[in-house]
Amino acid sequence: MANEIVFSRNHIDNVKDLDVYVGNGGYSSLQKGLTMAPDELIELVKASGLRGRGGAGFPTGMKWSFVPKDTSKPHYLVCNADESEPGTFKDRQLMEVNPHQLLEGMILACHAIGAKTGFIYIRGEFVGPIQIVSRAIEQAYARGYLGKNIQGTGVDVDLAVHPGAGAYIWGEESALLNSLEGQRGLPRLKPPFPAVSGLYASPTIINNVETLANISHIVNNGADWFKQWGTERSAGTKVVSISGHVNRPGNYEVPLATPMMTLINEFAGGVRDGHKLKAVIPGGSSVPILPAEKCDINYDYESIQAAGSMLGSAGMIVMDETTCMVGVARNLVHFYRHESCGKCTPCREGTDWMFKILNELELTGGQMDDIDLLLDITDNMDGKCFCPLGDTSIMSVVSGIEHWRHEFEEHVRNGGCQQRAQNGH
Amino acid sequence: MAHLTAESRQRINDIAARYPEKRSALLPALYVAQEQDGIVTDEAIIDIAELLEATPAYVKGVASFYTMYYRYSVGKYILQVCGTLSCELCGSGQLVNHLEERLGIKEGETTPDGRFTFETVECLGACGGAPVMLLGDKYYEKLTIKQLDAIIDDLRFKPASDHPEPPQLVPFEDKPAGAKST
Ligand SMILES: Cc1cc2nc3c(=O)[nH]c(=O)nc-3n(C[C@H](O)[C@H](O)[C@H](O)COP(=O)(O)O)c2cc1C
Ligand code: FES
Repeated sequence: MANEIVFSRNHIDNVKDLDVYVGNGGYSSLQKGLTMAPDELIELVKASGLRGRGGAGFPTGMKWSFVPKDTSKPHYLVCNADESEPGTFKDRQLMEVNPHQLLEGMILACHAIGAKTGFIYIRGEFVGPIQIVSRAIEQAYARGYLGKNIQGTGVDVDLAVHPGAGAYIWGEESALLNSLEGQRGLPRLKPPFPAVSGLYASPTIINNVETLANISHIVNNGADWFKQWGTERSAGTKVVSISGHVNRPGNYEVPLATPMMTLINEFAGGVRDGHKLKAVIPGGSSVPILPAEKCDINYDYESIQAAGSMLGSAGMIVMDETTCMVGVARNLVHFYRHESCGKCTPCREGTDWMFKILNELELTGGQMDDIDLLLDITDNMDGKCFCPLGDTSIMSVVSGIEHWRHEFEEHVRNGGCQQRAQNGH
Repeated sequence: MAHLTAESRQRINDIAARYPEKRSALLPALYVAQEQDGIVTDEAIIDIAELLEATPAYVKGVASFYTMYYRYSVGKYILQVCGTLSCELCGSGQLVNHLEERLGIKEGETTPDGRFTFETVECLGACGGAPVMLLGDKYYEKLTIKQLDAIIDDLRFKPASDHPEPPQLVPFEDKPAGAKST
């Protein structure tokens, strides 16, 4: 089983074109969805059990219901297409292959939250998706799927693409709002949450591309249909991005609760030939690393959590026995150090010191005390950073030392990474 | 170094009209400036500030926050190799070593003829195609050293004027992230 919902039209040639999309049932949810009362639409999405696909897994219908009903301010919808979490590359494919599915979901979401304007915030490097989504928007305007009185339903929705400019922190929703307002992309203090005070201090809902891509299907087919896949707490399907040491890396849409080893061995074609599984990062770089022996679990929110990690953005990075876990921590901490916005001290300083120590361990071996020093730094960051970027930057260090402490110690004893010395880089 | 042309100004005003507040057009406006001159010049910063009703210092502060705006001159072709985890696991280190040797420069530097700038960058959101390189607006995925050499040869030996666009050896359209799903 695969490709039930958001990838269900991926096999159709040129489905990014409006005529092809409409010819295959596209935009058919609008008549139904836009004539429902907004509250009814919110209840439907609540009943479906859909959870946000951007990383935090917050129930989508519930988030929508937080928008106050009694403000005179305009409401906004923002689609988060920043896609910068290492290991995650699904939104790019969702936009490139089927942009109208996203627009259809956004039109419905706008109606549900009472927004007349929506922005699609796409990372600047994604020139292809920016062009494809922009073209889709033009087509949709020309044919009355966007603009005033959509398909005669009396609902008005305007959508525009906003290109990013290269910063991971932008994916964090409040930083995203700042950059959309033309500011430096620094996170904001919460509360107030964006649903109450977001873009231009107006009620704003931020949702991931995949979350929004699910909406038209739920409206067309109902909540029970959606819940036939997955579990009580993990309903529906998930696009899992699989990369690293596998034979067939790629995006695979599977029902939630599909066994993780099935994803690796069947969908991704197994660990690359002649090698065996060592570790998996199940949900993007911001979640703890699982050793192979803990990977015999179902791929859903609750099972991954029980195993000590998180589903996150479903960016699965697979590593075989040749992987040096000190090197993994060093690589990922390098990422967070580069992407830290510098606003709060624990994150700005913590990521820098962690990197310096890991770099030392990797290149010259450092000292035995460094391992506990690293843990001490992570302890001083955990839960103490202004936004989750800092808190999650410690994951590869903490889980790396927990499961592979002996590798860190070997680095100290050997005066650096043996493997790196062999490979010459 | 130049101020914004009338055309660039018009484009920025058009973009600003799409937003409830002008200042939201700042990031797109910086792209317009960069398209005009290859980098964001001091003069352009002053012009953008005037158009969007901000101070030049404010505009400069925003421009410096993001990695995709260049304030100082860079090569005609910017080779950006992803160094983040999935790409490192799949051999981006070899690509980086090879580029350094071949171009005779370290990362972040530009060749003396002004043709190539080479950078390592963080995750490009295409990890299924690791190792990945971004050149202009093209993604090159599952890039081998041989392909990399072909790209450089192609860009190196032709007069710059013949080559307004990067070559399309592995256009993304033919090869979506990590190829096809079953
Ligand atoms: C540092 C950081 C980076 C993030 N990057 C992204 C991202 O690239 N894309 C995304 O959809 N959500 C990202 N998020 C999560 C968003 O803040 C937000 O929770 C999400 O967009 C909400 O949409 P959802 O409820 O549909 O998942 C990031 C969060 C943090 C803290
Ligand atoms: S790690 Fe290189 S593109 Fe994501």
